[in-house]
Amino acid sequence: MQENCAIELKNIRKTFGFVVANDEINLKINRGEILCLLGENGSGKTTLMNMLSGIYQPDSGEIFKDGEQVAIRSPRDAYGLGIGMIHQHYHLVDVFTAAQNIILGLENEKMDLGAVNDKVKDICDRYGFHVDPKMKVYDMSVSQKQTIEIVKVLYRGAEILILDEPTAVLTPQETDKLFAVLRNMKKDNKAIVLITHKLAEVLDVSDKVAILRKGKYIGTVNTKEATAQSLTDMMVGRAVTLNIDRPVYDNPKDRLEIKGLTVVDNEGINKLTDVSFTARTGEILGVAGIAGSGQKELLEAITGLYPVKSGSIAFLNDDGSRNELVGKTPMQIRQAGVGMGFVPEDRLGMGLVGSMGMTNNMMLRSWRNGRSIFFNKKAPQSLADRVWKDLEVVTPSTEFPVRRMSGGNIQKVLVGREIASSPPVLLTAYAVRGLDINTSYTIYNLLTEQKMNGAAVMYVGEELDVLLQLCDRILVLCGGKVSGIVDARTVTKEQIGLLMTSVEGNTKEAKDE
Amino acid sequence: MNSIIALIAAAGTYATVLMFGTMGEIITEKSGNLNLGVEGIMYMGGIIGLVAANRYEAMVGEAASNGFIAILFAIFGAFIAGALAGLIFSFITVTLRANQNVTGLAMTTFGTGVAKFIGEVMRNKLGGYVSVSNHLKEAFSLKFMPKFLKNIPILGPILFNQVHFFYIGIILAVLIYLFFSKTKAGLYLRAVGESPVTADAAGINITRYKYLATMIGGGISAIGGMVYTMTTAGCVWIEASLSGVGWLSVALVIFCTWNPLNSLWGSLLFGSLMIMYLWIIVPGIPTELYKILPYVVTLIVLIITSIRNNRDKQPPASLGNNYFREDR
Repeated sequence: MQENCAIELKNIRKTFGFVVANDEINLKINRGEILCLLGENGSGKTTLMNMLSGIYQPDSGEIFKDGEQVAIRSPRDAYGLGIGMIHQHYHLVDVFTAAQNIILGLENEKMDLGAVNDKVKDICDRYGFHVDPKMKVYDMSVSQKQTIEIVKVLYRGAEILILDEPTAVLTPQETDKLFAVLRNMKKDNKAIVLITHKLAEVLDVSDKVAILRKGKYIGTVNTKEATAQSLTDMMVGRAVTLNIDRPVYDNPKDRLEIKGLTVVDNEGINKLTDVSFTARTGEILGVAGIAGSGQKELLEAITGLYPVKSGSIAFLNDDGSRNELVGKTPMQIRQAGVGMGFVPEDRLGMGLVGSMGMTNNMMLRSWRNGRSIFFNKKAPQSLADRVWKDLEVVTPSTEFPVRRMSGGNIQKVLVGREIASSPPVLLTAYAVRGLDINTSYTIYNLLTEQKMNGAAVMYVGEELDVLLQLCDRILVLCGGKVSGIVDARTVTKEQIGLLMTSVEGNTKEAKDE
Repeated sequence: MNSIIALIAAAGTYATVLMFGTMGEIITEKSGNLNLGVEGIMYMGGIIGLVAANRYEAMVGEAASNGFIAILFAIFGAFIAGALAGLIFSFITVTLRANQNVTGLAMTTFGTGVAKFIGEVMRNKLGGYVSVSNHLKEAFSLKFMPKFLKNIPILGPILFNQVHFFYIGIILAVLIYLFFSKTKAGLYLRAVGESPVTADAAGINITRYKYLATMIGGGISAIGGMVYTMTTAGCVWIEASLSGVGWLSVALVIFCTWNPLNSLWGSLLFGSLMIMYLWIIVPGIPTELYKILPYVVTLIVLIITSIRNNRDKQPPASLGNNYFREDR
């Protein structure tokens, strides 16, 4: 057992200002094993691994490699020790080729790209993936970029690989391929650490699971002896129910009526073609589809952010009158009395101002209220306080810049603001992307609550299991066309999967943004 | 046609000034440092280059002074002045992490101020004006190519009837181009400017690359200022004459899409546009309008490159951003 241990961490502590990110962490990483690091958002998983890869320095504590104490002061030190990390946000230079990226920073390497190509090919053959060394990074899909990152680390002779949420942006097929590669590496006696939120993947691929909670080390368990429920309980620290409540709303009414919607992007390509459907009050309408099938354009067209080529989007008032939304700006839509909440995919880009605190971000929605030239901070302040408390946002204060919160907390701030005014229409894009289980279920409950308050909710999601449990109906998009609208209570995962890839015999490859 | 050739040929000296200014700033910007202090740096190069040549001559005496050594002194002096300015810029932006735009503008004010101050002090000390003797002036402005080359139609006057700094500039541009495209250090430098996080994670010393690139870049830009004083201005310090050259170089960097080879013909074009009012006179158009032409051309290039959206012709992705490893 002892000789298998590649890295041991003892009493590691790291603080950022007054935020304690890691507190007295003890962890063993063994060769020939896949270790999953599991924890909620902001529990300090990435921080801990960044200390192994030389990005951060621990405030106190010791790191041992093969029994000897080491200091990792820079990424270069980490490579020297055979530690390589594949970050969640890829560290690649867009205008370089794959080969140029791979040799970046190597001391003893000549600028002999032919030799580099051969070595890259060796690595690829050994572990079973494919790389074109001459391809520029900006032409690559997310999955190809990830492959380059892995090859880069292996090229440097890494024995200990750390992958930070590698599957967050991959399609199920790409995830399977990645796991096959990881299993090959495990056979090759490499130590692998996987940071992930997805319990199904943890149970599928790992040998051991180490759990962190709020910066503290909770324990390590053998995957064979664990279940989704037991892991969640350890992660959250109390028993959590993994079932999504799906109550039925009496007397639903049509709220949004979309007919023949077609939108075209800058290059003249149809992003949506002849899309028609109705969203009802008291209903969560799921939107499923391979990434890039027009989900983003659909939501943005409804909110007035994306120009519409043809078709109609009608908001049906309670008294039966119609408001046509096509051709209106978001401001005009609001002035027409149509209330919409929108949780965009790009939280910090479109949803919030990163350098402002919660209070000021709340005010972004209501700055038009009031006549005085000075703003009134009371209402946004009380809303910020409410969101902070009700949604358990982890932040030192409501003035703390949201950019510096963890992903899940940022999302809570955004969702909290959008549902605060109880809008009759609530549009959400990947509302739980990158969030841990507990936070995800909080978000699901919030959406269901809005639905029972009579809102028409649209939920663009990735995980089919969740769509099936949460939604009332599911709209499936394929290549910008509606390939089906199905009842979420009766449909199966396989049926949706089929609809996602085929519309009138067309198939579309998975493509990232 | 003839007047156009004569115009371009005459623009060669001015183009050389811009060539150095631009190449220096390209190296600086490739490291992700946007040094807007080029104007100040070229001013400093202008005065220090002149003072270095002047002091050399005072040291060995007019009769013993050698043109070649005087040129070396001028180049060396200007380079050191520019490298020092680059060092100050790097210290403030890389080590102290101050805003690059503000620092650059401050460097412009600082550099022009320092240059004017030194110029004034020297003038008082030497009684009248700072200059060098006539045979050194000739050495600086010598067009050394043989006559038969100069007499080649069209190409002769443009390519072979130029001062030696022009050819040094061409060699330097090719060397810089090869450095960026063929060497490891060049690749790493570009990585630092494109994505410092990536470079850092790959174990590249960001601080060292940024400091060195900014200092060498500053030094090369300063040589441009020296070339101006020692050729166009006739080895005499005239305060206002250098004004605007640095800004033109910054514009030219954008025009060249950060490729040193483009700076060769780009600087000839800009130089021609700048002195066009002396050669092609259209009645009724004030000379000031001619002088905005380089900037208009830069704007047009910016518009065209952004419309074409060619990923290889964009500024370094992290240009103007400071990097701090533990920033979240």
